[in-house]
Amino acid sequence: MTLQIHEHDIIVIGAGGAGLSAAISAAEKGADVGVVCKSLLGKAHTVMAEGGIAASLGNVAPDDDWRSHFLDTMKGGWGLNDFRMAETHAKEAPDRVRELESWGAVFDRTKDGKISQRNFGGHRYTRLAHVGDRTGLELIRTLQDRAVALGIQVYMEYTITELLKDSKDKKIAGAFGYWRITGLPVLFRAKKIILATGGSGMAYRINSSSWEYTGDGPAMALRTGAELMDMEFVQFHPTGMVWPKSVQGTLVTEGVRGEGGILKNSNGERFMFNYIPDAYAGSIADTEEEADRWASGDMSARPPPELLTRDVVARAILNEVSEGRGSEHGGAYLDIASRKSVEFILQKLPAMYHQFKELAGVDITKGPMEVAPTCHYMMGGVRVDPDTQETCVSGLYASGEAAGGLHGANRLGGNSLSDLLVFGNRAGIHAGKTAKDIVEFPEINENDLENALDYLEFPFLNSADKGEHPFRLREELHEIMEEYVGIKREETGLKIGVEKLEDLKTRTHSLFATGMRTYNAGWQTCFDLINLIDVSIAIAHSALKRKESRGAHSRIDFPVPTEALGKTKFIISLKNDKVKVSKASVPVPRKELLDMIQKDQNKGVKK
Amino acid sequence: MSTESVNQNKEIATADMSDDLYPVTYAFRVFRGDGKNGDFVDYEVSVEEGMVVLDAILSIQEHQDPELAVRWNCKSGRCGSCGMEINGMPKLACMTRISDYDPNNGPITITPMKTFPVIKDLVSDVSWNYEVNKTIEPFSPDKDSKFVFQQEDIERSREFRKCIECFLCQDVCHVLREHDKKDSFGGPRFFVRSAALHFHPEDTADRKEWLKDGQGGIGQCNITRCCTDVCPENISITDNAIIPQKEYVIDNYYSISGLIKKILKR
Repeated sequence: MTLQIHEHDIIVIGAGGAGLSAAISAAEKGADVGVVCKSLLGKAHTVMAEGGIAASLGNVAPDDDWRSHFLDTMKGGWGLNDFRMAETHAKEAPDRVRELESWGAVFDRTKDGKISQRNFGGHRYTRLAHVGDRTGLELIRTLQDRAVALGIQVYMEYTITELLKDSKDKKIAGAFGYWRITGLPVLFRAKKIILATGGSGMAYRINSSSWEYTGDGPAMALRTGAELMDMEFVQFHPTGMVWPKSVQGTLVTEGVRGEGGILKNSNGERFMFNYIPDAYAGSIADTEEEADRWASGDMSARPPPELLTRDVVARAILNEVSEGRGSEHGGAYLDIASRKSVEFILQKLPAMYHQFKELAGVDITKGPMEVAPTCHYMMGGVRVDPDTQETCVSGLYASGEAAGGLHGANRLGGNSLSDLLVFGNRAGIHAGKTAKDIVEFPEINENDLENALDYLEFPFLNSADKGEHPFRLREELHEIMEEYVGIKREETGLKIGVEKLEDLKTRTHSLFATGMRTYNAGWQTCFDLINLIDVSIAIAHSALKRKESRGAHSRIDFPVPTEALGKTKFIISLKNDKVKVSKASVPVPRKELLDMIQKDQNKGVKK
Repeated sequence: MSTESVNQNKEIATADMSDDLYPVTYAFRVFRGDGKNGDFVDYEVSVEEGMVVLDAILSIQEHQDPELAVRWNCKSGRCGSCGMEINGMPKLACMTRISDYDPNNGPITITPMKTFPVIKDLVSDVSWNYEVNKTIEPFSPDKDSKFVFQQEDIERSREFRKCIECFLCQDVCHVLREHDKKDSFGGPRFFVRSAALHFHPEDTADRKEWLKDGQGGIGQCNITRCCTDVCPENISITDNAIIPQKEYVIDNYYSISGLIKKILKR
């Protein structure tokens, strides 16, 4: 079988926001860059991002600055964030937004002609630069155009199945996979590799992901010797579609609430007032009257509880449903129709209007939407250096959702797009600069290459009679994750979950495929599924270890956060093919940052 | 099936929905094959309320034939991956509700986009589009631009920036579909892109040469409006993107003032 071979200084895996940002920055440093992606260019999941990019531009709220953005990010992440990443992110996000504009992105405007910003949960100031509710499309198209203008080579519809190291097993040397169009093997030789593969939402049945989100980056990094961290923190976005069943989980932007939408239960009560956590007690409106004043633009009022962080709102909705106050199809009602004019809704939320009209037959300018939590984002990911985004494997980088660190225990809405711009850029710059010093491409370990080639073959060697069907096994994975490693977790369930997942992992050796390699969904799913199971095992192990509730991780048996675990991170690595969980300390912020955080905490309580 | 009969079915389907008849068994006739050989294969799918055509295809893939090839991503009309022809109409499979069709009217026929070479089953080779895209001069702002402009200044560009690159307009365009002018014509998608750039308040590049003599070849479009009809984003491709750019070419090359300008330039 002919092996396609390509050589680039830098190979970026993934063509979403993080991947394209990294590729652009590396190319601007003079590196020869190749981007490899599973879908067509411009289709990556970033396109689904709706609400906006968090950046303290201060165009709408002049008092906003990087310090407030930093504090909000740390608070939203329950202090588990890597402070250095949170600081860099807050400082550099405005420049990245302005850079996008200089590349042709057309953001909504303020009255004085600047980039407009909108409110979002957990952000104390009006902070999200946006393009209606199609911010992701604007972002990806702008980056795509920029990458094309720079002449960056894009390999569309290629799946990478393994990362390869050099003959001394030290440095990264290449990426191996197949072209989905033909199914034939391909080897990308590179001096540096940047993982920008996004999340792992396909591990859960109800998710807001596309088929691509199978944790390829974290799973391959783990197998190559890198570490994962914060894997227990899986964000369930509070507002996914509920009905019809075929679109269950599809995202409903937080922008609906940011623009004034409210949540109600079946009794018509605005229930979020009953769920304000102590940490936010001083900074959220506690009466409908105050919340409404805020919504009508009164800057002295505090924001409504619908704009609490996603972890809090998701649990509140679940609780309403479980106590019998759910909506018709088991969710909550999200109402903007009674709050805003038809024209306003059509201008600010056109995609939401279209989505509900076409898919659910609901007119959101006339009646409420039905929403419930959906698996949306992985706070955890590959452990990287906070400044360069390099992993502990020399030459291997990760950025965007595939990397961990910035968001801690819970991500604020809008911080994902800024994350991928800031850290995609940083990974690209560092890899671009350092690749230049490397003259020769590292030699690939021949043995590893042989193994990688054999790996592609294995599903065809298993028989359909005795083997495992990839789609059936994926259903089992969904059942396990929903039942034992879902939004609410406890010791016994997690233990069963780990056991079942490990059994599932063993059974992946029997996955079978039939027919030819050409665009064969069953065969392709085998490899995606194995990555997904690896990541799921990491999630379950970490969730078992964290005996507290914090952010998105909520343990029925340990309902409150503990001080000790507030200083601890769980790190996943592989030792002789077995998952190893170890502890690491959460980095303590520099003194001036720590002082800022403490002052902010005290302020919150007093008010 | 013509557009009219689809609309008629919409009414039938609405009636069905209220009667709570689900699940309903639908027959699907799906093209299976590659660029050289191929045939239709019939499948039956149990359809629940609200399901779209892509759901049926993925159900066939998961439960009947895992080798079936289909391209998809977001499943909510944002990414433009699942363009195909449903009863001969170019559509996004993820935004086409099965209830728009009458189960008693025979199978729903699903074929890949006809204008592009077939790779396998419902997946066609759209790489030509990405090559055309490279021929368009990118966004070129003034070096001193402060990027201060009003909401109304961006509305025109904004309409074109909604494009999700599903290539349904390219598929239906007869200059490409019947006459295969891929060597000299850009197609509606790329007139939309050049219009997005042209109407950007800070862009300074002039793409008239591309439009007239370059890969654009906009003169070959004779305004049949098929592209506008199939656009899932409801972009007024013909009226707002193509006609103004045709006029721009005429003004620059064929009008008296354009001729004078040309002479003065010499």
